[in-house]
Amino acid sequence: MIILAASAALLWGFHKETSEGTSLRLPSGFSAEVFADGLGEARHLVVSPQGNVFVKLGKLKDGKGIILLQDVNRDGKAEKESGFGTFEGTGIAIGNDYLYASSDEQVYRYALDGKGNVKDPDSPELIVTGLINRHQHAAKAITLDTRGHLYVNIGAYSNACQERDRTKGSPGMKPCPILDSAGGIWQFNAAKRNQSYGDGKRYVTGLRNVVGLDWNEELNQLFVTQHGRDQLFQLFPDLYDAKQSAELPSETLYAVKEGDDCGWPYIYYDHIQKKKILAPEYGGDGKKTGGEKAIDPAVGFPGHLAPNALLFYTGKMFPAKYRNGAFIAFHGSWNRAPEIQKGYFVAFVPFKNGKPAGEWEVFADNFAGKENLKSPGEAEHRPCGLAQGPDGALYVADDVKGTIYKITYTK
Amino acid sequence: MKFCMLITVIFFGALPFAALAQDTQDVKTAVERGKLIFEQNCLACHQADGSGVPHLAPPLIKGTFVGGDKEKVIGIVLHGLENVEIKGEYYANPMPSFDYLSDQEIADVLSFVRTSFSNEASEITSEEVTKARADTKTK
Repeated sequence: MIILAASAALLWGFHKETSEGTSLRLPSGFSAEVFADGLGEARHLVVSPQGNVFVKLGKLKDGKGIILLQDVNRDGKAEKESGFGTFEGTGIAIGNDYLYASSDEQVYRYALDGKGNVKDPDSPELIVTGLINRHQHAAKAITLDTRGHLYVNIGAYSNACQERDRTKGSPGMKPCPILDSAGGIWQFNAAKRNQSYGDGKRYVTGLRNVVGLDWNEELNQLFVTQHGRDQLFQLFPDLYDAKQSAELPSETLYAVKEGDDCGWPYIYYDHIQKKKILAPEYGGDGKKTGGEKAIDPAVGFPGHLAPNALLFYTGKMFPAKYRNGAFIAFHGSWNRAPEIQKGYFVAFVPFKNGKPAGEWEVFADNFAGKENLKSPGEAEHRPCGLAQGPDGALYVADDVKGTIYKITYTK
Repeated sequence: MKFCMLITVIFFGALPFAALAQDTQDVKTAVERGKLIFEQNCLACHQADGSGVPHLAPPLIKGTFVGGDKEKVIGIVLHGLENVEIKGEYYANPMPSFDYLSDQEIADVLSFVRTSFSNEASEITSEEVTKARADTKTK
């Protein structure tokens, strides 16, 4: 009994200690460590099969836009940090022995050697160029399938495709001209140089802005997380109050197939009514449904949480319930004001037979380091990127201070 | 004589105080009205504490434009602002035009913002907004 109590105390102490380095709250058995820190605007990240962690930066650090982190002595923290690439951006992915990384207009790739190191860091191949960048929703998040395709998000440079963006009283354009070159996912050949719009195809349309996307290898299908539109209350105070506008529209997880339309800007998803609702810019009143040809999301989350990364967990370190389920990094809201802000956590969506099974839950919480945030500037950290290590550990990138967390599980 | 002096002090001495009280009351009303306009039109992006949204909407705290030239700041509210560097940062979301607000409403909201969030700039009158609006129309 005494031994049991002592070992329990020891375990508790250990658990407490390992989580103390971070402010994170995790389910029992999980612990988080700071793998690296001070990278600045760490957006997405990826881990090579050898364990090399590549982080894409939204702002250059010492003139470099990609950081390689290596845990040489395998103590769970990176001892070696080096940089390469002179462009800023969000997207990063590994496939077929190449590292892919994006700026807000281009996608490059670097050949990797057998140790997971970049062969020639100074001369990447330019794979895609000339993608539209009008500052709003400019991040070109990327992923790869297993058949040689590269998927690139081209976010809509607009909130709701009004004639005058975000302007009260300005009507929605019909058809929305933005959808020709943005507001969807484009598919390119992952191995061909210098492609632009003419070489790729619009794979999915009607997506306002996708920052999280992942290829589900179990289903051979692309999944994306969309940032729903902003400012229902500010633009339509007669139809929505501040509380409804904080909760709506849903942030959405979609399972998509080629040719799908997710409905932006004409409709939005309402997870409370469980319906596709006609956007007020197009004659909606918060109740009228629309978008008969648009697909339904797999999951609708509360509004404005900002799903910035999606990762299907295929590792073996975490308990069985996590296998093939989806982790989503919610960057955290701003458009819930004057209500309390929400998000700033990593959520988990359990999957069974390729479909969400059961309610989603908060997995890793308190990146912000405080409760009841009034504005996003108060957050100490904001989760933006997710990656799985070869050992099954989960890495999370924060783009406020550039902290890289490594989350592990011990039975 | 003493009584006379007292009267004089009360009479003349009180005048500037009365004027000041009147002034303060006006400003307070304008700022109070401006706060409501701010909450309805500006708070979503610039936040209740004026801190803005990192990378998306600039802070108004000790704002470069906010506390600066009156004509310029009125112009920003009337016509919006997009893709402009502010203290070394670019902000992704465009600020829309708020030209549907009345001259008085724009004056009030700017008076609120220019005296809040650590800003110590002068208030703006509806006449100044009227003039700025007319000037841009003739341009």
